[in-house]
Amino acid sequence: MPSLFRSISNGSGFPLQELQTLPFEGWKKALCSAVEAGAHLSSLSLLPNQKLLAVLSDSPNHRVLVGVTEVGKSYPSLVPDCPQTQLFEREIFEQYGIEPIGHPWLKPVRSPLEMANADQFYKVEGEEVHEVAVGPVHAGVIEPGHFRFQCHGETVLHLEIALGYQHRGIEEALKHGPDLRTPHYMETLAGDSSIAHATAYSRLIESMKQAEIPPRAEAIRAIAAELERLANHVGDLGALSGDVGFLPTMSYCGRLRGDLLNLTALLCGNRFGRGLVRPGGVRFNLSSDKIQTIKTRLNAVETDVHSAIKLLFNTPSVLARFEDTGIVSPSTAKQIGMVGPAARASGMDYDVRRHLGYGVYNDLKIQLPRETRGDCLARAQVRSHEIAESFRIIQQLLDELPEGAISIDLPNQLEPNLIGVALVEGWRGEICHVASTDAQGRFSHYKVIDPSFHNWFGLALALRNEEISDFPLCNKSFNLSYCGHDL
Amino acid sequence: MFDILRERIKQKHRTMDWPDGPPPELPPDFAGVPTIQPHCPDGCTACVQACPVQALEIPKTPDMGVRLDLAKCIFCRACETACPEHKIRFGKEFKTASLSREGLLVSAEKTLPRSVLLEQANKLFGRSLKLRQVSAGGCNACEADINVLGTLAWDMGRFGIQLVASPRHADGLIVTGPVTQNMKEALKQTYAAIPDPKIVIAVGACACSGGLFANHSEQCNGVDSIIPVDLYVPGCPPHPLSILDALLRFVGRIDNSRLLSIGE
Repeated sequence: MPSLFRSISNGSGFPLQELQTLPFEGWKKALCSAVEAGAHLSSLSLLPNQKLLAVLSDSPNHRVLVGVTEVGKSYPSLVPDCPQTQLFEREIFEQYGIEPIGHPWLKPVRSPLEMANADQFYKVEGEEVHEVAVGPVHAGVIEPGHFRFQCHGETVLHLEIALGYQHRGIEEALKHGPDLRTPHYMETLAGDSSIAHATAYSRLIESMKQAEIPPRAEAIRAIAAELERLANHVGDLGALSGDVGFLPTMSYCGRLRGDLLNLTALLCGNRFGRGLVRPGGVRFNLSSDKIQTIKTRLNAVETDVHSAIKLLFNTPSVLARFEDTGIVSPSTAKQIGMVGPAARASGMDYDVRRHLGYGVYNDLKIQLPRETRGDCLARAQVRSHEIAESFRIIQQLLDELPEGAISIDLPNQLEPNLIGVALVEGWRGEICHVASTDAQGRFSHYKVIDPSFHNWFGLALALRNEEISDFPLCNKSFNLSYCGHDL
Repeated sequence: MFDILRERIKQKHRTMDWPDGPPPELPPDFAGVPTIQPHCPDGCTACVQACPVQALEIPKTPDMGVRLDLAKCIFCRACETACPEHKIRFGKEFKTASLSREGLLVSAEKTLPRSVLLEQANKLFGRSLKLRQVSAGGCNACEADINVLGTLAWDMGRFGIQLVASPRHADGLIVTGPVTQNMKEALKQTYAAIPDPKIVIAVGACACSGGLFANHSEQCNGVDSIIPVDLYVPGCPPHPLSILDALLRFVGRIDNSRLLSIGE
């Protein structure tokens, strides 16, 4: 379907002036109808020239759509027509004071103290209704966030999540870059997704410079990305087992997660892949010795992972706790714009690797397992399918690793007045980086959307009518990033 | 039931021998404690220019070589690559901790302190140390490498060290992150909720100094700007081995007088 929006491929850089400013009504209509037809709002941000920039991933048509409009001090909120916009509009209001008139609930995004002081939380009142407040400091080793439950007995009527405790000011610090710190900021946006964010950033720079990196670099990036996915999925399945008191799989997966992180460390010396991915390629090569070591160790890990997971899914007491717990229906998931494994557990068919292919994923046939129940079991199953697929991908890439260089020389200097968009599939789902440069070729705007930004609201909805004691289980089934949201 | 037992046998015993046996193998490109050589070439500032976190300083007398603040260092090795005369080399040494911020300043003349034993910690917590973890802007990497110490490969419970759910149950805090403005109050309150005597451990470059986020107005440049810190474990993130080693030496569970393990 033709759209008023400009159609680009994933990983594009082009002059800002080529992006025609649309009248607000036309822009809004194009956005809403694209979302209606199956596209997903990946990013909505304010450009330095006070224009609103929407980036849509039109997965059914394998393309990315971008469109800008002018809004002034206020504009009619898109939320009633397109609920996916709710958090974006709140963010823009919080950062720039541009008001979306008619937004159903214009509360802060990253000002949790303000939320608490003004007691802005939604309240349910009535006999025997009570409120439970949890956080920001939690019982486990986990990042801070505040959860406010409205309960009737054990049943959660409503959960509200207040974040922002992790706000470190990264987007602000990225302005006027790229500089020495930029790649390190990328690797700490969400520390468990270092590879994914560093890859999104590198692809953004490469597309803004119209550069192609060597195939061997692409393959090593993908190996690292799949190892990152494996480590987190395996660790989370273990943690899910722990949350329902099934200790065997918890113990095994905890150890296996460490083994997978150690494989990443074998690639580059750091368990989280810090320093591996940079614009232009990768910084560490894979010697044939290393390849052999990785293969041997990966095989051993794979055997142990599969049988540890099998144990989990063959245990009736585990299934009883997972099944029908924390349901997000397919229609809800689509409406609020969920991404990643959580969305694929609610029937959505979208994976950046497959639908908006990049790097080696253009050529790899990725099997995309989906579930439709939308409960904790489905989220665990999707993770389990993805684990199998990631093992297969890594083995294939190691077997067919292209020869040649691992990087090209790519100076930091960018062309002035450019805009760039790059999306990758992190282990939590779609990661979208959008940047524009000023007249000097420095970043005038750098927008990072971590998958957690899309999915936190899904967790809040999953808790409705659940028992409050199932919150840890539901939370872990999503395992969202606090700092990735707070930036 | 039989499946569980069979799987238990198959997955084997996995707890490492260290500290009684050798430490687990570190990756070939592991960046441990750097060694610094004196006599920089006149006027050379290549390492200082390359450092993304301003961790390096050239003293007035360049003959002494550079001074590196490991509290700030993110172990990215940019200085190592930049130095035309290879005066800075990151070795395999994983023992990185210090009882003071100053102890983390290393140069050709001054290495990391050999001992991080705190007598009082040894007396009070040598056989049982319960810690409450607070992430105050940590990116989840330090958190993950603390968490992993509870898994059966590391099993820090065998030393009587445990992460507990409430500050009321804890002997101290293990803090990650630069301490964001939004977490400042929560950190103070958690600290206040721990009964005296108590200890505080800062893990990671952010917690030690603000790290990559130092001087951002949204954070506080590290834990010791808010509450007193007894033990610093630098790194981005520190390897789990560095964290566990620091904890064990701090409470005297392993011998501090033993020579540092062999560097390169």
